[in-house]
Amino acid sequence: MNDTFELRHSGETHIEVHKFYPGAVLLAGAAALVIQATAPVYFPKLSILDLPLLVTIYFGLSRRNPSTGLLLGMVIGLAQDALSGPTVPLGFYGIAKTVIGYLASSIGARLDTEHPAARFALIFSFFVVHQAVLALVRRVLLAQPEVWINVHLAIAAAVNALLGTILFLALDRLRRSS
Amino acid sequence: MSYRITGLVAIPSKHKSLTLLAGVLIAQLLLLAVQIKRDAHGRLIRVWAVSAAYPFELAGAWSFGKVRGVWTHYFALTTTERENEALRVENDALKLTISQLQTRAAEADRLAAVLGFKQAHEKLPMVAGRVIAASAGTASRTIEIDRGERDGIRKNMAVITPDGAVGKVIEVYRETSQVLLLTDKEGGAGAMLVDTRTQGPVGGTGEPTLQMKYVATEENVPVGERIVTSGMDKIFPRDIPIGTVMEVKAGNPFKQIRVQPAAKLDRLETVIVLLSQEPVEFKSATPSTPAGTGGSASARGEAAPGASTAATVKP
Repeated sequence: MNDTFELRHSGETHIEVHKFYPGAVLLAGAAALVIQATAPVYFPKLSILDLPLLVTIYFGLSRRNPSTGLLLGMVIGLAQDALSGPTVPLGFYGIAKTVIGYLASSIGARLDTEHPAARFALIFSFFVVHQAVLALVRRVLLAQPEVWINVHLAIAAAVNALLGTILFLALDRLRRSS
Repeated sequence: MSYRITGLVAIPSKHKSLTLLAGVLIAQLLLLAVQIKRDAHGRLIRVWAVSAAYPFELAGAWSFGKVRGVWTHYFALTTTERENEALRVENDALKLTISQLQTRAAEADRLAAVLGFKQAHEKLPMVAGRVIAASAGTASRTIEIDRGERDGIRKNMAVITPDGAVGKVIEVYRETSQVLLLTDKEGGAGAMLVDTRTQGPVGGTGEPTLQMKYVATEENVPVGERIVTSGMDKIFPRDIPIGTVMEVKAGNPFKQIRVQPAAKLDRLETVIVLLSQEPVEFKSATPSTPAGTGGSASARGEAAPGASTAATVKP
């Protein structure tokens, strides 16, 4: 995941991408999953965070490659499904994070995603979209009730956006200098 | 805040990314479907698979059905003739079975009627007999029953069915008896019209119908009136149905009255021999008017000419 592309075909749009230290993506993803699975046990209020989502968004925005973005989202989402117990079917978070990975990579290729305000807005938006996809899957496929959005989710979106903005600054340290 | 730009990269083809996205999403949807179990329909993947396959299955079934129909009806006819023959044989056998069953059912009905009659007249001595033979020629109308002297049957005993009078015993053997039917030219019984109480003997003419005799021309005899035994012949008890007036013709000095027998005399299989002359109450028959209350002479027990002595009527 740390290779850069140097393709220069005529007519193609060229964008800047960031390289990361070897294993940085894997490590960040695994850490997010572990913390997400364990931290709420000791600090229940931390369950409002969705660290795997933040990691997906960050690397999607940074890598700016929709294919790798959606694959990363899929892997993280499926891992989150696997760690979420038997009541969550495999693919539940996988689908949502695949969509988020794709969107983040696509948008990252077109917008300035380095500014903290832009990051806050993007994380907030992605959180809402992520929730919408989850609600869609739960309603349509699982035939279970699920709210599209409510105050609690709006607060969660804001909290995640705020924490994500800070986290992204920390994750920027994993980028490798050219 | 500083950003390190590590290089430039070409954006992969949008179509490739979308294709990959679609593939990944579909794969995960299938993964979900495999796991999700709907209460009534089983796993979602099965629901999807069945729903997707249903139109094709329907089309396939229709097509195969048509093909098989064409094949069966137009080509594979080598065994049809054999099957038809087998079916014809089976049909004949079934017809025979049905006929036998109908016969048995009819016999059961008749026996049930006789049994019912016997049970309704428990105190009345009677013997039920099975008709085992009929007269050999058309000159006489008699039947032979499987009851005889050892069963208590004697000459001139009345023979009836639950429908009405049949005739009288004319010959008695040890195990069988011969019965002269009312329809025989020499058969008959003392009778009276139920409503008017007009009396007159009813006898046979050798035909399936009976004839009531010696009813004066001035007597009113409507068609459809019922006729019962009068008891004056000392053979039949009173009020046993004999028949119904079919036709009345004027005559001089007596009317010519044709009577339809109440008992099915041409289809007798089981009969009852009354061992005494005690009165028999037929539920279907209208109770007779008590003697003395009627206006006619016959109602008071006065016999009509020729009907007072015996059931046998000699014209």
